[in-house]
Amino acid sequence: MIEIQDIVKDFDGNMVLTGVTETIQRGEIFAIIGPSGQGKTTLLRILGLLLKQTSGRILFEGKPISQISDSDPIRRRFGMVFQSPVAFKDSVYHNIALGLRYRGFSKEVIREKVLQKLDEIGLTGYENRKATTLSGGEKQRVSLARVMVTGPDVLILDEPTANLDPVSTEVIEDLIRHYNKKLGTTVILSTHDLMQGQRLADRVAVMMNGRFIQSGPIFDVFTRPCSEDVAKFIGISNVLSGKIIRKEEGMSVILVDGIEIHAIAEEAVGTRVKIAIRPEEITLHTGPDRWSSARNILFGVVEAVRPFGIISLISVKTGDLILSVQVTWQSIKELDLKPGVQVTLSFKAPSVHIMPDENSHAC
Amino acid sequence: MNDLLTGVETAFNLILAADPEVLTITLTTLRITFTSVLIGTLISIPLGAAITFREFWGKKTLISIIQTLYALPTVIVGLLCYMILSRSGPLGDLKWLFTPNGMIFGQTILIIPIMAGLTIAALQAIDPIITDTIRSLGATRFQFLKSHLREARFAIMAAIIVGFSRAISEVGTAIMIGGNIKGHTRVLTTAISLQTSMGNFNLSLALGIILLAIALIINLIMGFVQNR
Repeated sequence: MIEIQDIVKDFDGNMVLTGVTETIQRGEIFAIIGPSGQGKTTLLRILGLLLKQTSGRILFEGKPISQISDSDPIRRRFGMVFQSPVAFKDSVYHNIALGLRYRGFSKEVIREKVLQKLDEIGLTGYENRKATTLSGGEKQRVSLARVMVTGPDVLILDEPTANLDPVSTEVIEDLIRHYNKKLGTTVILSTHDLMQGQRLADRVAVMMNGRFIQSGPIFDVFTRPCSEDVAKFIGISNVLSGKIIRKEEGMSVILVDGIEIHAIAEEAVGTRVKIAIRPEEITLHTGPDRWSSARNILFGVVEAVRPFGIISLISVKTGDLILSVQVTWQSIKELDLKPGVQVTLSFKAPSVHIMPDENSHAC
Repeated sequence: MNDLLTGVETAFNLILAADPEVLTITLTTLRITFTSVLIGTLISIPLGAAITFREFWGKKTLISIIQTLYALPTVIVGLLCYMILSRSGPLGDLKWLFTPNGMIFGQTILIIPIMAGLTIAALQAIDPIITDTIRSLGATRFQFLKSHLREARFAIMAAIIVGFSRAISEVGTAIMIGGNIKGHTRVLTTAISLQTSMGNFNLSLALGIILLAIALIINLIMGFVQNR
């Protein structure tokens, strides 16, 4: 539905977008994730027709839309919600009705549509409230309603919940999902919240240094990152460098800092690789009696315990390696984990994800 | 001090008795001021909007010049208008010198910079995200302007009040272009100036109180509208 072809944006010598290419399908929720300051907002503003790219093309239903004027009807098929909630100094009713007034609907039609949207966003009875007096979450709901009441084909959301509390975030996410399922609205959103990306999106793209370094179905990207940067961004804290030294029972043995790790890899013996192991895929024991059937068993000593709510990350030193392991708060108490305790780590060969050695690799 | 109190008392008596001369002066003032503000508004708001939303060479300089002209001395406007409107001037054929029309002409010129400047400031103060929202909702050029003016309406109203205050309180242009002709171009400020020089402090005070009362009423009305 939307083809993004090699979009470059140069702000007076500052290359914010360095060549973004992607095709967005009708009816999907497409999330752009990535650290702040990598060009997500700039790309969305170009897609929302608020900004012109320096080079490259965007095709909407096969037609280029990059150079259209403010009055082009195509603009009205796109809706955009921003990171900060937008409230005009007017009643909630007027705020939601604005786009319909621009489109010249009759008073009766506007009234019907606005009241329906108020009901959907759970703000029935708020029509005469001044929009500027609403809470941030309520204002963002109004912002979403203002766009959705016009019935756009494409809904663009730039970090829509970045400034909101968890409850308001959930309401907005439910509404986005609702409009996507019920109306078939194509949704393009950016977020730095990985969990939000996973909760909402069908497909995801990781944006770094002004381009998508990886995109695909949510499961693929989150289980098979293509580079160290992506792996680290999606929360895989164990990224190690090594070399495939031999093949054994259909598996590759990778030498990492003097330690042999078994993995499933296609690469030939002698290839240098990066490996990624999710902290939650590593099991930690304190005694020999609970050893599992996992191919990789390492012995080490607890270096540090970093609490993260009910889940904690434990750093374990094994040889010259330091691995992060995810452990529940309960286990820390039961196993009495603290720096200096001897532990055994185990993880299965398929849990070891292989990536090319060069970090700049795009996939 | 006693003089002042007696003066205030006499002033109120003059007002309450609806003294014909006081009434004529007040009505002339209101007619000239309101007309100037109306014409000034019709010119300043579109001018301010055009300067804000168009990109052109020298835009910043132009805005600086407009802001400098906030302090435009009324006597300079008076002088320039005198030269323009005098018989040998470019608009001499209008025969507006020493007429209410001439005063309206002068006061309009006097208040345009401040009203246009404050309109620019009001529009520039709108959060850019509001502009983005208006554009992305698919506003036409006219709807774009209308929504921005509506969003800035309170600040623009303040600009109109400032223009009104400047017009009603100035004396330089009024006296130079109007000539303070009794029953014709005599307004509150020029009358106060004349009566004071003639020693009629009571009448001057009465006129001063009326002037302030008008300003107060206008401000109260605007305040009411803004709080609605």
